[in-house]
Amino acid sequence: MYGLPEERNRSQPAEPEDTALRDSFEATIAADERIEPRDWMPDEYRTTLVRQIAQHAHSEIIGMQPEGNWITRAPSLQRKAILMAKVQDEAGHGMYLYSAAETLGVSRDQLVELLLAGKQKYSSIFNYPTLSWADMGAIGWLVDGAAIMNQIPLTRCSYGPYARAMVRVCKEESFHQRQGFEILHTLSHGTGAQHEMAQDAVNRWWWPSLMMFGPPDDESPHTAQSMAWKIKRFTNDELRQRFVDICVPQAAVLELTLPDPDLRLDEPTGNYRYGEIDWEEFKRVLKGDGPCNRQRLEHRTRAHEEGRWVREAAAAYAAKRARAEERLAA
Amino acid sequence: MSATATSTSDVALYALRLGDDALILAQRLGEWSSMAPELEEDIALTNIALDLLGQARFLLTLAGELEGSGRDEDELAFGRGEREFYNCLLVEQPNVDFAHTIARQLLFSTYQLALYEPLTGSADSGLAGIAAKAVKEVAYHRDHAVKWSLRLGDGTAASHSRMQDAIERLWPYTHELFESDELVERLAVGGVAVNPAGLCDSWGQFIGATLGEATVTVPETSWRPSGGRRGEHTEAFGHMLAEMQWLHRSHPGASW
Ligand SMILES: [Fe+2]
Ligand SMILES: [Fe+2]
Repeated sequence: MYGLPEERNRSQPAEPEDTALRDSFEATIAADERIEPRDWMPDEYRTTLVRQIAQHAHSEIIGMQPEGNWITRAPSLQRKAILMAKVQDEAGHGMYLYSAAETLGVSRDQLVELLLAGKQKYSSIFNYPTLSWADMGAIGWLVDGAAIMNQIPLTRCSYGPYARAMVRVCKEESFHQRQGFEILHTLSHGTGAQHEMAQDAVNRWWWPSLMMFGPPDDESPHTAQSMAWKIKRFTNDELRQRFVDICVPQAAVLELTLPDPDLRLDEPTGNYRYGEIDWEEFKRVLKGDGPCNRQRLEHRTRAHEEGRWVREAAAAYAAKRARAEERLAA
Repeated sequence: MSATATSTSDVALYALRLGDDALILAQRLGEWSSMAPELEEDIALTNIALDLLGQARFLLTLAGELEGSGRDEDELAFGRGEREFYNCLLVEQPNVDFAHTIARQLLFSTYQLALYEPLTGSADSGLAGIAAKAVKEVAYHRDHAVKWSLRLGDGTAASHSRMQDAIERLWPYTHELFESDELVERLAVGGVAVNPAGLCDSWGQFIGATLGEATVTVPETSWRPSGGRRGEHTEAFGHMLAEMQWLHRSHPGASW
């Protein structure tokens, strides 16, 4: 079995630094080439990647819940089919990402245990509830939209398996974003009640979406190192700005208002200036006191526990079959 | 092809029965989203649900066209009351646990495959086309259910007893699958429908062999609940429909 990178560090005496290996790692990064699983890498690089990829994988899996909440109530059969396919894509994203993490020496089971024990995080955005059908639109437009903004640069991440997983993921995310936009567009241009539903959803999801890019640059401790390692290509604030600039004209097409009275175009830069983000709320939700933190983790734990006997049955059956085949061969 | 003209309203009703089977099972499977025992199964169950939902949409659309009263797939799915759904009782049975879900899949997909194979030759080209596409999907559904039936039935003692319980609880609802009535008989004479009475033996052989290998005993039951094809359902069905239809119905005339 593999230990987590941190555990391995603890259980083994530190090797004398092999400068040739480190030089070759640095040269690969400098040349904008990919680090592959068998290449030497500094422990901190590995640890950073495991933390980031695991958190990303967990976000995909936990993220199935808020949208899964509306599958049985989707208002048309076509919408039901699209939503099911979308939530299924997220499960697939989780799988690719757990596989990418496995190339760093941690198993999916270990990571799931850490998630359920509250020792690894997932994106805080999923700790908000989906209160109406329009939330399916707002999540697709804003949450998947922000995810794309974060993930497209990751397709050029220095770690090969993560970069390649992101290429697959990003293709599907753009469909997610589009279907969300379409839901909102239809609602906004539908009946009065539908328009109101759409506006309410955007009001609730706008600010949490801006928080998805993480804390402001001057409070983001890992950013500098991650950028030096080319895991990260842009800072949190850069990505957030780009996201706002894309959303403002789209909101106009939707005929929906973004809930920020300070939002205005800054002529010289062409960027939209936005109001102050409530970082206290961000910290509160991150710490575990968001509206759905407990519910999301309880749900995942329940699914995991209720599925245990099934996984055990599959393992027992496979073992029986393997024994039977051995007997035949003997 | 028959000498007597087949009534389009008969075909519409028949398409509705098939469509309702698929729709209601898809709805039940949709309840599993984010709750499956492992990620791979979340994906597999959703795949099956999506196939069934696709079949349902074709069948309901066909039924609406044949009816000629302008009802589309959504009006049929969301606008009908409990007594106007014609699915069999088996597909509306609650998920309960993974064993019940797999047992329901095994019993239903084996029936559906046996039915859709001959339906590909239906005198109604609409039905034949839908069946031809569905056969490939349903063959996969049955394969999936067989694999899991073996794992659960012949896995651990705990999984075996759950699988045995599930088969015992669901078995009575299988009799209805093979019931015939005047509508089906009329349509079968015209080469449009498949008379399910004729599928019972091959279904029984396949299920018997699978359950035998899974070390699950086929129960003997005298209770033969039925009524789905006449719109008489189990109590759980109304709750399920209420959940499915509530949003659509609370905004009359709206588009989504
Ligand atoms: Fe995703
Ligand atoms: Fe997505």
